[in-house]
Amino acid sequence: MNVSVKVLSVSVAAALIAMGCGKEEPPPPAPVQAPPPPPPPLVIKLGHSAPLTGPQSHIGKDNENGARLAVEDANAAKLKIAGRDVTFELMGEDDQADPKQGTLVAQKFVDAKVNAVIGHLNSGTTVPASKIYSDAGIPQVSPSATNPDYTKQGFKTAFRVMANDEQQGKVLGEYAVANLKAKVVAIIDDKTQYGEGLASEFKKAAMAAGVKVVAEEHTDDKSVDFAAILTKIKSKRPDIIFFGGMDPQASPMAMQVKKLGIKARLLMGDGGCTTAFITNAGAAAEGHYCSLPGLPYDKMPGGPKFIERYKAKFNQDIQLYAPYAYDATMVVVEAVKRAQSAEPAKILAELPKTNYKGVTTTITFDEKGDIKDGAVTLYQAKDGKWVPLDTIGGPAPEAAAPTVSGMEGMAAVAGMAGMGGMAGMAAGMAGAAGMAAQTPAPAAATPAAPAAPAAPKPAEKK
Amino acid sequence: MDTLLQQIFNGLTLGSIYALVALGYTMVYGILGLINFAHGEVVMVGALVAVAAMKALLALGLPAPLVFLLALLIAALVCMALGFTIERVAYRPLRKAPRLAPLITAIGVSIVLQQLAMLFWGRSYHAVPALLPAESYEILGAQITELQVIIIVVAAATMGGLMLLVNRSRLGRAMRATAENPAIAGLMGVDANRIIAFTFILGSALAALAGVLVSANYGIAHYNMGFILGLKAFTAAVLGGIGNLGGAMVGGILLGLIEALGAGYIGELTGGVLGSHYQDVFAFFVLIVVLVFRPSGLMGEKVAERA
Repeated sequence: MNVSVKVLSVSVAAALIAMGCGKEEPPPPAPVQAPPPPPPPLVIKLGHSAPLTGPQSHIGKDNENGARLAVEDANAAKLKIAGRDVTFELMGEDDQADPKQGTLVAQKFVDAKVNAVIGHLNSGTTVPASKIYSDAGIPQVSPSATNPDYTKQGFKTAFRVMANDEQQGKVLGEYAVANLKAKVVAIIDDKTQYGEGLASEFKKAAMAAGVKVVAEEHTDDKSVDFAAILTKIKSKRPDIIFFGGMDPQASPMAMQVKKLGIKARLLMGDGGCTTAFITNAGAAAEGHYCSLPGLPYDKMPGGPKFIERYKAKFNQDIQLYAPYAYDATMVVVEAVKRAQSAEPAKILAELPKTNYKGVTTTITFDEKGDIKDGAVTLYQAKDGKWVPLDTIGGPAPEAAAPTVSGMEGMAAVAGMAGMGGMAGMAAGMAGAAGMAAQTPAPAAATPAAPAAPAAPKPAEKK
Repeated sequence: MDTLLQQIFNGLTLGSIYALVALGYTMVYGILGLINFAHGEVVMVGALVAVAAMKALLALGLPAPLVFLLALLIAALVCMALGFTIERVAYRPLRKAPRLAPLITAIGVSIVLQQLAMLFWGRSYHAVPALLPAESYEILGAQITELQVIIIVVAAATMGGLMLLVNRSRLGRAMRATAENPAIAGLMGVDANRIIAFTFILGSALAALAGVLVSANYGIAHYNMGFILGLKAFTAAVLGGIGNLGGAMVGGILLGLIEALGAGYIGELTGGVLGSHYQDVFAFFVLIVVLVFRPSGLMGEKVAERA
């Protein structure tokens, strides 16, 4: 299966090269412009990397779309640096959620001399790629990588706009004890960097709160049969079963929990917190818990407006992390503005000073590059929907309206809060999952086709 | 005690699934001496066709049991056509080629089918409509669903039916003759090409059956589901003695039991040193041990190399 994916990726890469990505010269001014030639626009290249093929492709494309919206807004703001017009350009790449491919993409970005990188989506790709960006001195802002290791390596270039698994696992562990009244828990992980990391953070927090861990089982990210480990867990009678993994495993697991007559509910991190989990598990999804870093979409300062706008632009609902990809991109754009320079080193100097009121929350970084006061929200599956229960952590809510550049024209939030962000999102996810099922690969695997109208493609780039 | 019973039952279900797929491997191997690596992918196609058919038929408002049977029929027909095509295109032209050549085309067919399924059905996991009763019953403290009983019964009945077909019928005699020596069988009036094509069609129908049952049991279908399943079933076939129908059943059940009991008890047996992540290590360790002492599998007979 790896072989086949590689063949696909090689051809995609070949197509990208043929289309002339990664050149340095700015595009020439359009021929119809005024006679006194203005100074050529300064092109700022932002790399974006996420899985655009494979099981997580729908989530990857969602991130890229979020970043595209931000680039569009940044260009609409008509930023000028030293009298030159600034054009932001997004270079979207596919890392297949594969650590090996992630480092190849990272090297490609370095060779293309991008000014900053938005990405990657997965922890498994973000962590190995961060070394390459750090060596090249390119700032990296990940919208959604949550593994603690990412910001623990001491790289000055690594930032993220989402609470990490240390924060998430801690909240999950404490929540299991304080709110779900668990005294005895079982833990399952999928042996990936994400799943194992989250499970161990959960274990630490739960044990610190006085919970007994009676079973620690392991599976992998391809299995669908968990009957054996669940049977073993059943005999230990836990109050809660924690699962660190993604929804392709979580949904059959929920069904087998029901079949085996286990009364304990699953408690999952963000990997299981998708609508696909509910659609696939059906009635067996009822009552299970999950957490997502950040606020519920309708509680985000710019959430309802963003959801509306995203739908208008891409004709589909957001999947998961698009608002975070938007904010990650805008954090870089703001840093460029303050630095009055496109040089990675100067952007890097400005990033730690970020104080940006974004769509998801107000973003400030701590000394490691993690978001300060990252919030985590807990959900429970009820009547075929993830219903938000509690939000833990996060900055105190502010009355001030978010100032998102380029979005001022969109007018006030005006009653859109009534649309129910989560419900709208849930429906959207189901719809988009169905869509992804029908979309042939070439459509999903064309990151080079620019969705944003910015940056005319010059002819000599062939 | 109830836990042990439950684990045994888990193992039997898993093992029956392996056995059902392993029968397809072993039948083709028995006749042609070819390992049809594309078999797992035919299972996957069967599952995905059935899911699509179920959704379409449910939209028409037909009753659930009828939808299930019709979907199974449609999946079986599609897979039979697919199996026939695979044999005609990828294996028959290479029948006189060195043994390695059809092995490589088999892997090629497997990759092609996977990619085509990915293009056609997309990359998301498809929920399988719950058409069969999934209520669980308690027997001596173990939870058992009707579907699991159906899987075990179907696997056993399929093996029995195949054994009857091969050992008792005229067609079966022709199959055995072809397996022994296609050229001589031809001289005796057996159309070897027809027999081989029939074997592939029958094997593919079984694959469709396995695909439908597997996806109904786990509730999801995915373009990649055939790969690991095919690998495990192939292992089961080798464990039991590839080419031997009873062996496929024994191997499948044994592998399922080893996995379930391994995952369930390995931690306690080793005092917590090894955990359930050693489940596969344990299963393949047993395979190695069996093959060291019985190189042709548990029920396999020593076959002379064919010229």
